[in-house]
Amino acid sequence: MKALRTILAVLMLTVFLAGTAAAQERLKLSSTTSTDNTGLLAYLLPEFEAKTGIRVDVIAVGTGKALKLAENGDVDVTLVHAPSSEQAFVDAGFGVNRREVMANYFVIVGPEKDPAGVGAAANAEEAFRRIAGSGLPFVSRGDNSGTHIKEQSIWKTVLGDLPTGKNWYLESGKGMGETLTIADEKMGYTLSDSGTFLKYSDKVDLGMLFVKASDMLYNPYGIIAVNPARQPHVNYDGAMRLIAFMTSPEGQKLIGDFKDKYGNTLFTPLAGE
Amino acid sequence: MHVCTGAHSPFPLLGKQSMDYIFDAISGAFALIFSFDTEVYTIVLLSLRVALSATVVASVLGIPLAYVVATREFAGKDLLITIFNTLMALPTVVVGLFCYSFLSRRGPLGFLELLFTPSGIILGDVILAFPLIVGLTIAAVHSVDPRAKATAVSLGASPRQVSVTILKEARFGLMAALFNGFGRVIAEVGSAIMLGGNIRGYTRTVTTAIALETSKGEFAFGMALGIILLVLALMVNFTFRRLQTTSRR
Repeated sequence: MKALRTILAVLMLTVFLAGTAAAQERLKLSSTTSTDNTGLLAYLLPEFEAKTGIRVDVIAVGTGKALKLAENGDVDVTLVHAPSSEQAFVDAGFGVNRREVMANYFVIVGPEKDPAGVGAAANAEEAFRRIAGSGLPFVSRGDNSGTHIKEQSIWKTVLGDLPTGKNWYLESGKGMGETLTIADEKMGYTLSDSGTFLKYSDKVDLGMLFVKASDMLYNPYGIIAVNPARQPHVNYDGAMRLIAFMTSPEGQKLIGDFKDKYGNTLFTPLAGE
Repeated sequence: MHVCTGAHSPFPLLGKQSMDYIFDAISGAFALIFSFDTEVYTIVLLSLRVALSATVVASVLGIPLAYVVATREFAGKDLLITIFNTLMALPTVVVGLFCYSFLSRRGPLGFLELLFTPSGIILGDVILAFPLIVGLTIAAVHSVDPRAKATAVSLGASPRQVSVTILKEARFGLMAALFNGFGRVIAEVGSAIMLGGNIRGYTRTVTTAIALETSKGEFAFGMALGIILLVLALMVNFTFRRLQTTSRR
């Protein structure tokens, strides 16, 4: 069966050769799964590549891991939305040139009928208090992400402590999308960034119940270059060019123009002002 | 803020039926295969390349080792075989974590720059396939009729010729070892996602794509990719089986 063997050899050769990538400058960006899932990066980064010729490899993981990869120098630049963690990261000397790129707001989502009356609350704290009082499930990210840290700070303000161990407080340990799915299944509440929720709105029977642009629910995204003094091998030049692009008038306009399939704007550009 | 949301499930009274996913997945799989979508084909080719490479490397390293272990008597032989069999149960994400600690910039092998590359995934997969191939090859060689060796030696075979004879006798078991190794690595996600980073167009394999799509709630798409993976594995196994049976002529 020489013919079959030849076909196989050719096939294997094609398969192996298909893997050889062209020599192009690459930049490794760690970001969060929620940021990546909105589709913003898939929309924005090709523009950057067209302008600079730099191909950006996006590694989308949880916030904690994104910062850890940056700390270890496994990526060149990181884009997350966890201001306190980002500040700690920069203070520890792991990153430099942090810039706030864009923001949206956290929203409280839950069953559309809203049995706990979250929609009528005056502020986020009262909304959370109503949820705790109702005994209805609240699904937490439980993964040290920006959303999780924000949610925990609200609980501490309202209850004095975290509701860990209460039977209505479910810690998923998963990303925003999966957490929304769990909240949907359990017919409970959760805190979500608006971008991810809009993306999932057709997959879950939850509604955006509490939507107020308050300081408490503010969700800014920061981009930080990995400190080349600590990690000399990183593509610092590429990282700075990406930061420059995202904070430039052109990049900021692209971010502001980015809409989901229903025409909703997902991010408010920040660096232009 | 005004928000437009899409329609809910076409079965509002029944909620989202799980059967929706399965029917959508099957038709989705056909649509994906025949759409010749470059992104899907890139993913499929990468899975194939990584799994084949890892199986080849693990076999080249493992089969000779397995032969030596199976045919020699030495102190601690049983313990060694037990260790190989135990390592077959290594969780993929543990292998990923272990390799990450070596391949990370912080680790001793960071300078190789293997992290977040297909080669990094291959390394993890070699570690996953290796105990499987060794363990199963040892079992295959053990099951060869001892008269085969005796016959070969009596016909004046050199040790190398003896080993070839025995491995030929064990070829069905060897094939099973290779299929198992290949199956294990093409289907794994824990290590591939950790060492590859699931980078679009570069280290996204079928399994890491399924993980991503599922995390986005795209269950039907995830399942469709799963069906494609099975078809791929079927094609590979079928091809090797054909080679195996035709070589008997």
